Amino acid sequence: MITKTIFAGFGGQGVLMMGYTFAQAAMMEGYHVTYLPSYGAEVRGGAANCTVAVGDEEIASPIASEPEYLVIMNKPSLLTFQNRVTHGGVIFLNTSLADIKPTRKDVTVHEIPLAEIAETIGVPRGQNLIMLGAFVRKTSLVSPQSCLKSIEERMKGKRGAAWESNRRAFMAGYEWGQSK
Amino acid sequence: MHKKVLMSGNHVIGEAAILAGCRFYAGYPITPQNELAEYMAEHMRKTPGGIFIQAESEIAAINMVLGAAAAGARAMTSSSSPGISLKQEGISFLACDELPAVIVNIMRGGPGLGNIAPSQGDYFQATKGGGHGDYRTPVLAPAHIQELADLTMDAFDLADRYRTPVVILADGMMGQMMEPVIFKTPPPRQYDESYVLKGKEMGKSRFIRGLILDAIRMEEHNWKLYRKYQVMAQKEVRYEAHLIEDAEIVIVAYGTAARIAKGAIKRLREEGYAVGLLRPITLWPFPEKELREIAKKVNSFIVFEMSTGQMLEDVKLALEGRAHIDFYGRPGGVIPTPAELAKVIAYKARRNER
Repeated sequence: MITKTIFAGFGGQGVLMMGYTFAQAAMMEGYHVTYLPSYGAEVRGGAANCTVAVGDEEIASPIASEPEYLVIMNKPSLLTFQNRVTHGGVIFLNTSLADIKPTRKDVTVHEIPLAEIAETIGVPRGQNLIMLGAFVRKTSLVSPQSCLKSIEERMKGKRGAAWESNRRAFMAGYEWGQSK
Repeated sequence: MHKKVLMSGNHVIGEAAILAGCRFYAGYPITPQNELAEYMAEHMRKTPGGIFIQAESEIAAINMVLGAAAAGARAMTSSSSPGISLKQEGISFLACDELPAVIVNIMRGGPGLGNIAPSQGDYFQATKGGGHGDYRTPVLAPAHIQELADLTMDAFDLADRYRTPVVILADGMMGQMMEPVIFKTPPPRQYDESYVLKGKEMGKSRFIRGLILDAIRMEEHNWKLYRKYQVMAQKEVRYEAHLIEDAEIVIVAYGTAARIAKGAIKRLREEGYAVGLLRPITLWPFPEKELREIAKKVNSFIVFEMSTGQMLEDVKLALEGRAHIDFYGRPGGVIPTPAELAKVIAYKARRNER
């Protein structure tokens, strides 16, 4: 089985990093993985998205025409992608930057106030990892341990203050997912 | 053995080239291959003897590669479609001079400046000798990132073995996409360095030239190159046959299109259609014999490309009218889905039954 997820937001929100961290965690668990970033004649602050496919078989196309999961970090991304998610799929929505609700009624929506959670734990720049934590908890596509290892790998094994903030952000999201 | 890592195609080409001993890279920016030049800029600096040059143009870059190859370096340049057009003169010179080099084309939509989306419109240019004169270049077409790593290393060996420019032909999606990859440790470079220009007072005079005014000597040179191409055509054909044994319909596709075809085949098989895939890995030399062999049992072929039909001509030439050939293509940077291709093939299969 192959599961596809689109991560979307604006440049600077760590959307590509979120997708990469997840993809690398899936690779560490031995899955087939593809990661495809959006690229284009784009500008700073513009739209950013990436598609991650994870499966226990060879992945034919890294593109998701009907993804199972949608991780939405802002309002424009919701408007762009909500119609793509497959029937019965799941939308993870950052309600801090999206003041509207998805119009789709055939999907599950998890509403996550990322800015609020980030403020509570004192990691304002960790919103992408809070989202990833919630995503991993709700989907069980990979283990939280693999994700933490993937984050560590990304930071070249340095376990300083930044690592601690990132770990806290990820775990805050994971626990949010557990409580809902 | 290297560790399994998640890397983009562009970065993988760079790393594989450096591991293979590439110590000279020159290029000029163009999307969607910029990350390759970026990787080389960062990593050539850290590699003893490594040189990275951002040239003033694509033409300068290919000529710098020619110079480096003449001096005995493993040299590479890369670009995307419009930039590769500019390099053609240099590629023709490399072929005539019999110098080894690797040229990477991360294709985008064309003709003209086109767009920056993945496309397969440069098949003719790559396989039919895109520059002037009577020459060929081996063309390697990877379909996944691991293969991209392996073929990049092989490209340098091929270039040395036959003293020829070698083209790696991939598209924007292969360049941008990340997949897990394990880099091999290639064997040390082996080559006959009798052609290498070493500088004044470094032994006997040597000549490398692409200007042969005497027609008879030029003809001799042409036949010499031709014989070399004949040997490559005999020895260097590579392909993947996927679910061919019981197939009633065979798709012929390469690179990204072949991935999509595999997805379509999975769907079609679940619906009971016996479909297989022949994926040329070398586009030149083309797996002609293998296609003819399959045509002994299969009467229906579908060529699938992200173009209006270029490899189609080679399939027709190979099959010489022995089987029915259909075509499906999406040019211009559109990436078709496996579901879309499956529908097209199911339709054709039902029509064939009638």
